[in-house]
Amino acid sequence: MRITLNGVSEDCAAATLAELLQSLDLANAAIATALNGSFIRRDQRAATPLHEGDAVEIVAPMQGG
Amino acid sequence: MTLSQPWSDAPMRLYDHTFNSRLLLGTARYPSPAVLARAVGASKAEIVTVSLRREQAGQRSGQAFFELLRSLNVKLLPNTADCHSVKEAVTTAHMARELFQTDWIKLEVIGNAETLQPDIFGLVEAARILCADGFAVFPYMTEDLVLAEKLLAVGCKVLMPWGAPIGSGRGLNNSYGLRTLRAWFPDVPLIVDAGLGLPSHAAAAMELGYDACLLNTAVAKAGDPAKMATAFAKAIAAGRLAYEAQPMEPRDFAEPSTPLAGKARLA
Repeated sequence: MRITLNGVSEDCAAATLAELLQSLDLANAAIATALNGSFIRRDQRAATPLHEGDAVEIVAPMQGG
Repeated sequence: MTLSQPWSDAPMRLYDHTFNSRLLLGTARYPSPAVLARAVGASKAEIVTVSLRREQAGQRSGQAFFELLRSLNVKLLPNTADCHSVKEAVTTAHMARELFQTDWIKLEVIGNAETLQPDIFGLVEAARILCADGFAVFPYMTEDLVLAEKLLAVGCKVLMPWGAPIGSGRGLNNSYGLRTLRAWFPDVPLIVDAGLGLPSHAAAAMELGYDACLLNTAVAKAGDPAKMATAFAKAIAAGRLAYEAQPMEPRDFAEPSTPLAGKARLA
């Protein structure tokens, strides 16, 4: 299926958000996630299925003012 | 006060935390992570602002930055920079809380892309939602008295009016408005956030009785950020001491400082 990952359309074989992060080697990284504009807690990732057309955001600490 | 401890003796309380430094420093726009670390050290800041941005799996730049933050041993104040809606700001705040393990959030709801002026209506609504959800909200706001009352009413315990537009370096555009806020809310921690360009701007804010200053670009874009951070730290400490010392009232006409009595008659 195709999803939008951080604004870029990509093929995705992962069934859940947790699997997607595993495939990106970000499962244990300092990140936070959102699906279709809604925050997904760390403990909800494994129970969050991905569907065709989903928009996933993965954010990390960044410099800020 | 010594040069190595350039702050007032009076500590500052923000949401049940006590701080000696009254300078909050942003972490963006420095030439390098090493320069950022030196500037934070020189500033003696105990609170720094951070943000959230997309992480690229191959680059993992956020992970390296997180390591740097941990090494600074300061309290983190995540922001919702560039959020233009209540939903965007609230979602960002939730992501920040999980990632940085803090309830603190510098709440920005931007209403104008050119001036970065806050959308005050969205700001109050987002603050209401976040305060009810247990966040310690630091609202980036204009110096509007009625807005301040509404933010306090929804649960904010700190207010952060701008001095001037973010990154403009213009100083205090509306000293009257800032002074009014100070007079109206004598017990609310007030922090001037944004628009400061020079240490003298920060000193002026502190002389008005503001509790602290939050700045970023003025230090990050200086030729020598660590030296400028030191200058701001000293200016903020000086301004605070001057406020605590209760400055004289200005006069319209001169008043001799040397006693007239006893002057020899020589004319």
